[in-house]
Order: sequence, then C-alpha cells, then structure tokens
Amino acid sequence: MAVKAMKNKTSTFKGINLNPLFSFLGLDKHGPKDFWFVLFMKSVAIFTIASLTLFIVLMVLHSFPAIEEFGLNFITSKKWNPVQDRFGALAFIYGTSLTSFLAVLIAAPLSVGVALFINEICSDKWGKFLSIFVEMIAAIPSIVFGLWALFYLAPFVKDSLAPFLKTYLGFLPIFKGPSFGIGILTASLILAVMIIPTIASISREVFRSVPTIQKEAALALGATRAEMMYMAIFKPSFSGVMGAIVLGLGRALGETMAVAMVIGNSAKISASLFSPGATMASIIANEYAEADSDLHLASMIYIGLILFMITLIVNALSRIIVWNFNRKKGMKK
Amino acid sequence: MKLLITLLSVLSLQVAAGAIKINGAGASFPYPVYSKWISEYGAKNKDVQINYQSIGSGGGIRQLISQTVDFGASDAPMKDKEMKKAAWPVEHIPTVLGAVSVAHNVQGVSAALKLDGSTLANIFLGKITKWNDPAIAALNEGVTLPSTDILVVHRADGSGTTSVFSEYLSKVSSDWDDEVGVGKSLQWPTGIGAKGNEGVTAMIKQTTGTIGYVSLEFALSNNIDTIMLKNKAGKFISPTVESVSAAASHITDFSGDMRVSITDAPGKDAYPISAFTFILLPKTKENPKLTHVKKFLNWALTDGQKGVTALNYAPLPTGLAQAMLDKLKE
Repeated sequence: MAVKAMKNKTSTFKGINLNPLFSFLGLDKHGPKDFWFVLFMKSVAIFTIASLTLFIVLMVLHSFPAIEEFGLNFITSKKWNPVQDRFGALAFIYGTSLTSFLAVLIAAPLSVGVALFINEICSDKWGKFLSIFVEMIAAIPSIVFGLWALFYLAPFVKDSLAPFLKTYLGFLPIFKGPSFGIGILTASLILAVMIIPTIASISREVFRSVPTIQKEAALALGATRAEMMYMAIFKPSFSGVMGAIVLGLGRALGETMAVAMVIGNSAKISASLFSPGATMASIIANEYAEADSDLHLASMIYIGLILFMITLIVNALSRIIVWNFNRKKGMKK
Repeated sequence: MKLLITLLSVLSLQVAAGAIKINGAGASFPYPVYSKWISEYGAKNKDVQINYQSIGSGGGIRQLISQTVDFGASDAPMKDKEMKKAAWPVEHIPTVLGAVSVAHNVQGVSAALKLDGSTLANIFLGKITKWNDPAIAALNEGVTLPSTDILVVHRADGSGTTSVFSEYLSKVSSDWDDEVGVGKSLQWPTGIGAKGNEGVTAMIKQTTGTIGYVSLEFALSNNIDTIMLKNKAGKFISPTVESVSAAASHITDFSGDMRVSITDAPGKDAYPISAFTFILLPKTKENPKLTHVKKFLNWALTDGQKGVTALNYAPLPTGLAQAMLDKLKE
C-alpha cells in the first residue's frame, strides 16, 4: 500500500517534478517511512564514489604537465633531477615494489604462525590476551615505528644482521657492499613488523571459519597436530590467507613516514639490499613541501597517481581472491 | 579550575585587545627567532597580533604571490620569474644570518678537521672515498686519519639548507656545478639521505666515518664536531655566530636589491657557507597592515637583534641593519 501511495504521488520542489530523480536513485521502491533513511544512505554511498572520482580527476589534472612532458617514459626512466627538471619514476617504483615484496616475504610466514598459534595452541584466555597485543601493533603511529627503526633497528642491522648475512650469504649479489644500517633491508624489516597485525588478524578469522568437525576428522585419522593444522586448516583456507597477504601488501605499498626515515632516500637502483633506495611515497613526502618548479610538483603527483593505480590493482586482486574463496566455501556447503 | 581561569583571562585579553591581525608565512629556518620576536614584540604592543606560520620558503613565496598573507619569508631570495608573478614589487629585508656547518664523525680524530671547497665538493661528488685520501691529509698535517670509507649524509627532504650548501659548492667547484648544480632537492651522486637537520645529526652521531651538513644553529645547540673551512682569503674558519656575521660585512652598497648571495664571501674572518634569511615585503600602499609590519621590522632590526645570538643565529652587521631601517622609512 505504502509503495503504491509513494509511486502515485507527484513530488515537486519549486514546481520541478522530482519523480524521475527519485526513481533514478531508487527511492520510489521504498515506503514513505524509510524515505529519509534511504535518501541518507544513498547520499553517503554516492558521496564516497564521487569523492574517489573527483580525487582521480584532480590527480590527473594536476599531474598533466608531467604526463604531457614525459608520457609513459616517466615509468621507465630512472633519472630524477630537480635541478635540470628531468623526472622519471623507475627508481621509486623499484624501491616500493622491492621493500613491499620483502616485507610480505618476512611477515607472511610469521603472521600465519602467530594466527595458528593463537587459534590452535594457546588456551582461549591467553589467545585473547595475545591477539590484543598483536592488534595493538597496528595502533602504533608510523612515525614512532620510524624513530624506533632509526635509533634501534638500524644500528642492529649495521652491527649484527648485516655482518652475519655477509659472512654466510655474502656470495649473493643482494648481500654485497657495505651496510650503514639504513637502507632497503631495514625499511623492509620495519614494514614487515607493521603489516603483521593486518595479515595475522585476517588469517585468524579465516582459520576460525574451518569447522571443528574437519579438524577432529583429521586427528581421528591419525594426523599429528602439525599435520592437522596443515591439512585441515591451512590448505583449505589458503586463498583466504592469500587475500590477507595481499591486503598487507597494500598497506606496505602506501606506508610513508617510517620508510622515509630509514630507507636512505637515494633515487638509485642497486641489487644490494644494504644500499639506500627510495619509494614512491617517500619521495613525495620528502620533496613536495619545498618543490618550486611546476614540473617537479606535477611529477610528484604523477607518482602519486601511479602509486594509487598500483594499490587499486592490489586491492582489487585481494577482493577477487577472497570472493573466490567465499564462493567455493559456499558451494561446498 | 586554575587552568580554566587562565584560559578565560587569555581569551578575554584577546577579545578586549581587538588587535589588528597580521599574517605571515614562510621559511622554517628562522622560525625560532621569529616566534621569539613576535612574542616579545606582542608583549609590548598589544594592538598588533602577528601570526607566523613556518610552512617552508617555497610555500611562503607562493602564499605571498596569491596574496593570502601580509608578508612572506624565505631563505632563498625570490627568482625573477617569481617576482614577475607578484602583483607588486617585493622588497627583500634580511633579518638574521644563518650558516651551514659541515659535521663529521671520524674514528680517532679529536682535532677539528680542515677542508677547502674543492675537497669538500669532491667528497660530496663521491670522488674522494677514503678519510686518509691525500687531498684530506695534505690539509690536516699532524692528524692521523683512518683508512675507512667516507659515508656522505645529505638531506632527503627539500630544504633551504641544501640550497645554500649546493650554491657554495657550485661556486668553488666547476665539477659540482656541471654534475649536480644548485637546488633545494638535488640528484645526489653519492651517500644516503636523512630527513631534516635532526635526521642528519642522528645519522652522523650514530655512524663512524660520516660527513654531512646541518644548519649552524642546530650544530651549535647539539654540540657536534664541525669542520673548519678555508675561506676566500685562505684562512680556515670555524662556523660561529661571529664568523657568520662577518660574511655579510663586506656589503657596503645597500642602494639596490638585497637579493645577494654571501656564500664564499671575501673577508678574512668570513665563514664561507653563510646566508641571509629574508622577510618579503610587498611594496604597495593598498594594505594598511603593512605599516604595522614595518614597525615590527623596525623593532626586529634594532632591539630584536640583541636576542638572536642566544638562539645561535647570527645578527646582521650594524651597518647593514641601519641601511635596512632607512629602507623601511621610504
């Protein structure tokens, strides 16, 4: 009844018929009691999409001088020279990808281990307690991570980790050259610590969705606890864990402050993990405030645009993985 | 309760005063001096309220051009291109002097190291890589230098300090001028970048074999080892408040534009990497607030100058300050 009444009434505002607008927004499908609520919810949703669209439009607009000047060569050139006004993003794309990849490589096994430990080995009480600690890592501001990395992690890398790696793995090109404490390796380590809570807490949720009966079945068939965890928990939730890892990767890609403080900020590409590098986010944070040439500013916004695209793709990827995982699970049931 | 009363009294004071609000923005390097001046001046002159935001020199110039502030401030003078963008001519009034000191951490060396311009440039170009390089040893007879690697530490963030430092290196080394040039952000041939003066200082303190540059007031208040540099007259000079003031004393012609560089200045006591920091004053009669800005500057160039040494900045030479006062009267 209510729907009918809505549909038949002609809503006008200053003589303008609003019905087509309402039907476009889908507002005519709901009863009059819900009208304002639905209007509010829809505006919030539209606001989100609109701000994202505007954001992209503005970035393209402001980076246009650089897009016009360098085009796609921007991505393949590693020259970054503010004095000559020549810019290329390759060194930063390399730095961002390498540090994020290394961070995930270190953080993923640790996080999965933490998640399994909390869910399966700890008692409930201790598990809850521990998980609060793990999630609290996510609440630490990144500047604090940066300072800690600069004053404690960097000297540790210089005095202990780098000499160790050089002694035993020094034949690899990635561990060649002198280490001064700050560089790609230290940045990756601090990133790894920062993304552990993301990966661990999502992995825990994924593992928790494994039915108890499945775990008990594995144990009943004579599996040890470790085999049970691998066969009954980890294997079936593999794609869910992948989703968690990709979300962690997304966080690592965009991290700015902590990385800028310990990466060494040198726009160079070198194979050694001990050498300094720079990331897309760190170069923007470092040079934006004092840049005075228009092309320099535009180039940094161009980098921001590329970074935005990369994070968008990574996030979409993680969504697809998680969706697939959920659908498969739904089909099994 | 006490807090509430103080808060209320502060609020009522401000309301009662109904002061004229003046906005300025720009360089962060002279911010400690400016905020001290503003609070001291404000205590004496309740009818004016000055608000200065240290958003960086580039930002100060941009805001001045877009007329969102009454005065700007910058470490580097405005370029001709920027001057053209402004709606009116801009007067550059130097307020204090700053300098860039070269700091180092070399194992086993306690004496102050001496360097000249071209050696310094070669170190930062990555051409001299060992502390016991003959070029360094020749300047430091009697000092046992270790054979360790030199690690260059530079600013990662765009900075007026980098601009002054690179301007000096360009003047003393043609290689530097060709390969790197002058700017707030550079393409560094070697070394690692640290964020801010504090980042560079932390890196130098933590790591042996390092050399880097920090703003003078930072080096003095943190007690770090600095290098004596050979100036144009051939004397080795430590960065001090006095030697920096001396770098501006050779200027005797104040009639023209004050957009002058004082790096590698003549004068036997002059420290070679010194620089002015400027207040940018629009030359226009349209803004009545500017008379108050001029009054403030008048005070800053006379009474204000006395307090700057305590903050480790160098005061203007008296002749220069007097000439600026005359300029303000115009």
